[in-house]
Amino acid sequence: MDLSMRWLADYVDCDMPIKEFVSGLTISGSKVERYGEEGDFISNVVVGKVLSTERHPDSDHMFITMVDVGEGEPLQIVTGAQNVNVGDYVPVAKHKSTVLHEGKQVKITNGKLRGVASNGMLCSLSELGLTVHDFPYAIEDGIFILGEDCDRTVGEDIRKAIGFDDTQVEFEITSNRPDCMSVIGLARETAATFDKKLDIKEPVFNGIDGNIADYLKVQIHDPKLCSRYMAGIVKNVKIEPSPRWMRERLRASGVRPINNLVDITNYVMLEYGHPMHAFDLRYVKGGEINIRHAQKGESIMTLDGVERALSEEMLVIADAEKPAAVAGVMGGEYSGIMDDTVTVVFESACFDGASVRTTAKKLGMRTDASARFEKGLNAQQCVPALMRALQLVEILKAGQPLKEIIDCDCSDHTPASAPFDAKKINAFLGTDIAEADMIKYLEKLEFTVKDGRAYAPYYRIDIENMSDIAEEVARLYGYNNIPSQVIRGTAQAMLTPKHKFEREVKRVMTALGYNEITTYSFISPKYLDKICLPAESKLRKAVTITNPLGEDTSIMRTTALPSMCEILSKNYSNRNACAYLFELGNEYIPVEGEELPSEPPRLTIGFYNADGSDDFFTLKGTVETLLDRVGCFDVEYEAAKAGCGFDEVSAFHPGRVAVAKKDGEAIGIFGELSFKCCENYGIGTRCYAAKIDLDRVMEMSTAERVYKPLPKFPAVTRDVSVVCDDGIPVASLEKAIKNAVGKILESVKLFDVYKGKQVEDGKKSVSYSIVMRSHEGTLTDEQADAAMKKVLKALGELGAKIRE
Amino acid sequence: MSMREDLERIEAAAKEALEAAADGKALEDVRVKFLGKKGELTAILKQMGGLSADERPQMGQLANKVRADIENAVSERGAQLKELLEARRIKEETIDVTMPGKAPRVGKLHPLNKTLEQVEEIFLGMGFEIVEGPEVEKDYYCFEALNMPPHHPARDTQDTFYISDSVLLRTQTSSVQVRVMEKNKPPIRIISPGRVYRSDTIDATHSPLFHQVEGLVIDKGVTMADLKGTLELLMKRIYGEDTKIRLRPHHFPYTEPSAEVDLMCYNCHGAGCPMCKNEGYIELLGAGMVHPKVLENCGIDPEIYSGFAFGIGLERLTMGNFQIKDMRMLYENDVRFLDQF
Repeated sequence: MDLSMRWLADYVDCDMPIKEFVSGLTISGSKVERYGEEGDFISNVVVGKVLSTERHPDSDHMFITMVDVGEGEPLQIVTGAQNVNVGDYVPVAKHKSTVLHEGKQVKITNGKLRGVASNGMLCSLSELGLTVHDFPYAIEDGIFILGEDCDRTVGEDIRKAIGFDDTQVEFEITSNRPDCMSVIGLARETAATFDKKLDIKEPVFNGIDGNIADYLKVQIHDPKLCSRYMAGIVKNVKIEPSPRWMRERLRASGVRPINNLVDITNYVMLEYGHPMHAFDLRYVKGGEINIRHAQKGESIMTLDGVERALSEEMLVIADAEKPAAVAGVMGGEYSGIMDDTVTVVFESACFDGASVRTTAKKLGMRTDASARFEKGLNAQQCVPALMRALQLVEILKAGQPLKEIIDCDCSDHTPASAPFDAKKINAFLGTDIAEADMIKYLEKLEFTVKDGRAYAPYYRIDIENMSDIAEEVARLYGYNNIPSQVIRGTAQAMLTPKHKFEREVKRVMTALGYNEITTYSFISPKYLDKICLPAESKLRKAVTITNPLGEDTSIMRTTALPSMCEILSKNYSNRNACAYLFELGNEYIPVEGEELPSEPPRLTIGFYNADGSDDFFTLKGTVETLLDRVGCFDVEYEAAKAGCGFDEVSAFHPGRVAVAKKDGEAIGIFGELSFKCCENYGIGTRCYAAKIDLDRVMEMSTAERVYKPLPKFPAVTRDVSVVCDDGIPVASLEKAIKNAVGKILESVKLFDVYKGKQVEDGKKSVSYSIVMRSHEGTLTDEQADAAMKKVLKALGELGAKIRE
Repeated sequence: MSMREDLERIEAAAKEALEAAADGKALEDVRVKFLGKKGELTAILKQMGGLSADERPQMGQLANKVRADIENAVSERGAQLKELLEARRIKEETIDVTMPGKAPRVGKLHPLNKTLEQVEEIFLGMGFEIVEGPEVEKDYYCFEALNMPPHHPARDTQDTFYISDSVLLRTQTSSVQVRVMEKNKPPIRIISPGRVYRSDTIDATHSPLFHQVEGLVIDKGVTMADLKGTLELLMKRIYGEDTKIRLRPHHFPYTEPSAEVDLMCYNCHGAGCPMCKNEGYIELLGAGMVHPKVLENCGIDPEIYSGFAFGIGLERLTMGNFQIKDMRMLYENDVRFLDQF
């Protein structure tokens, strides 16, 4: 809502410094977004009178003018305009002035045009930031010749002379206060805030005699959606531009002036906050107005020239035949005000907010009118709005209103009220405000307090409970005068196990050198193709947004992996040499028979390093360390294949991908991304990623750690090298060794895998270092030998023979 | 040549050899050569038998002295050599300590989570529990229970992504508050951090996904003064003791009275500067006393209990903390950005 300060001054004394005004209203609840003076980009431009004009000797289209600017010698100014005559009053941009040029502020200085000195510039409307809507008698492509409606004192500042110096204040009005989307509403707030007297006069008009029923009949078909419909008739209308003061105020309020009748409707809407509509009686078929639902198949060409199909839940203003307006939203084109309109119907009605909102939304057409109606206006406002419109018709001499008006009123006139209990209000606010002061505040806001209830003025639609009254008291008392108090009582709070677990995961991951990332939880379905997910994968069944911003953010991710890949890709294309990343984020998995999906937490890890220093085993080491640190022990790893529990296996190099299993359940997948996948993401180096089901890991982990005493006795280390089939995973050899050594095993370490010379084709040589130790006494050679014998036997059973 | 001369010669030779010994091994060789079982001194001593009874004690004494002298000389030389070698090693191993260090890679938390952890800790300290809830949420929890029935105009201020007519992506974590109030009897003191979604096009200050931390306190006799005190404490913990806040009346359907809370600009202290767009204050969060209808909707009697709620935008807080000017940076996750926190 843009407020003209000049307009406001009609109703309340608002003479205080603008800064004080703005901060005072902001603090009492009407938030000021911006404020400033109109035309503040113009400086040093004055009213000048053209004394002479002659053709430029070296130009066939320029003129040399002498202009009196009220000081010293007249100025010689060269102009290219063709509409300047001796005696004209014109805007003169003097030396070192500023005006607009193509929407940007420019500086004007003395200069020469084709060899002739030009000491300034004569300005057009656009150079002053105005249009012909502001001064309908001016021409678009010439100098603005000031009309009689301007102050034509030579030397006067142009902004003052043409009334382009109002102060505009832009308010953010909350949806509960549509009454404040008006000059009068803000005047009321100003009066209450600064304790000023409000000066609102009830609008009156004289009118001419005549029976309105001869012109118009009104019928409301659905009183729930239209609680009141008032209409007035204006005869002998003369359509012309409205006077400068009205155009000025409309412009300052951000509304473009059109003609006197249309301007009146806008003026009343801005002043009273109540939308008005005017239409030409000629086109009201049958002289009847029906406020009814649209009928099947009906459509309307709205004022903006668009043909719109209507549906049955929409409310329309119809004549005997067809809709003439969409109620509370926009009028129809054919019944609009034209230059030859003679008799006008003014409509001042009250429509149901939800209905207007639904209709406007469905038609994709939000107007100033619908924005006000949909918040819920009070039907009593119809009266002053219509009166004011008819009064303005008389003031502007735009026509002759009939004295008689139509008022179909089905509205409820009970004022809104809520309990008033000063003690309770103080207890609620934590204040100690005297009851008399509370009543004073409420009365300033035009409330009436009687018998323990506070009655709201009719224009307030937001009063229902004691807390609403408390808010009114609080905002005039001043939110900032309410004391601050630290909440009493004690409460026990601690991190939940899930929080603790997640923090531990983050701590470990950062300690391992990975940066945390945050990605969007919605992705494009194409992302699933990028990770080569099979067409039949269940992960393709996602929670889908019906109104996404775009395809890229249209489904909720069923796998967190593509988000990681995207970020790796972005870093790679930003030429970062390496990136080591992790994310804790949810997946969104639709659940059969449930309205809401499950949202399991996942950990994704990803890295690439262009120098090739890290590989699959770095990633595996990361996963192993992480799981160990969070207390997820005895995890087994095996090569991942389709059906391993993770459909994301499709993203990986088939020979370099593993699943982590705990108690037989797959809890994570990790590996090198496939060539195809890297290509899809434009990553030109080997790239590694992991996804861990954090919820499962958490469930299977223990935070418990039990101290084991440090060894008292020395260890025995034995190395063993065996040759076996290449296809045997070393993990199975290791498992065999562990089982064979039993209790005295301290560690098994793989220290060499060799293929090539001296080893048969299809075989590999594998070497382990086995450390054994007893906690009861020093191990003897015999004990160690016996254990090694068992090891060789167990390995032998796997087809591994000791290397000769 | 007499034995005396031999002994004196040996001593002189040993001392000379010791002078020449340049390292530990040469020193040991000298020791063995002169003092060893097969060394020169032993060889001389073996000739003692051939001496007269008069000479023998004299020579014995002399020989012992020579041995002791050589032994001393060896250890002296040894100590000398050790020092020499150490000095040489130090010289050889001297490095330019101004060369760059080898930094181990250390991962960093995302700035949003860094801020979130800070906020969570402050609230844990004030006895607020941390509660989470679903992001894909029912309309009821996100809007209806919060006093925003269908067609409520305030829904417009929260452009919503819909999954179906009744399911949406939550626009605020207040939905969690409703779930908590439904399940728990007061006193309630919680914060609910999490992702929220609004249909805003991505730009420097908007994102269709962002994070909120909402707080809720319900008990007997909770007042607006408590709300103010809590928020003041929070802001002081984050921005320092001399932080000032300002409350402005506002409107949220789920609170009454409602307030917007502004932070006095930390750059200009209220005087007005480009950082606060000349307002002296920076809009920070929304808050208010829980609307009686919301309490009723959750089965809590507003005649007995009252409470307050507030919602903080984590992005705004984070961007202010780290002076990040463009919200998109938070979601681009460029490592050069992430490494800074």
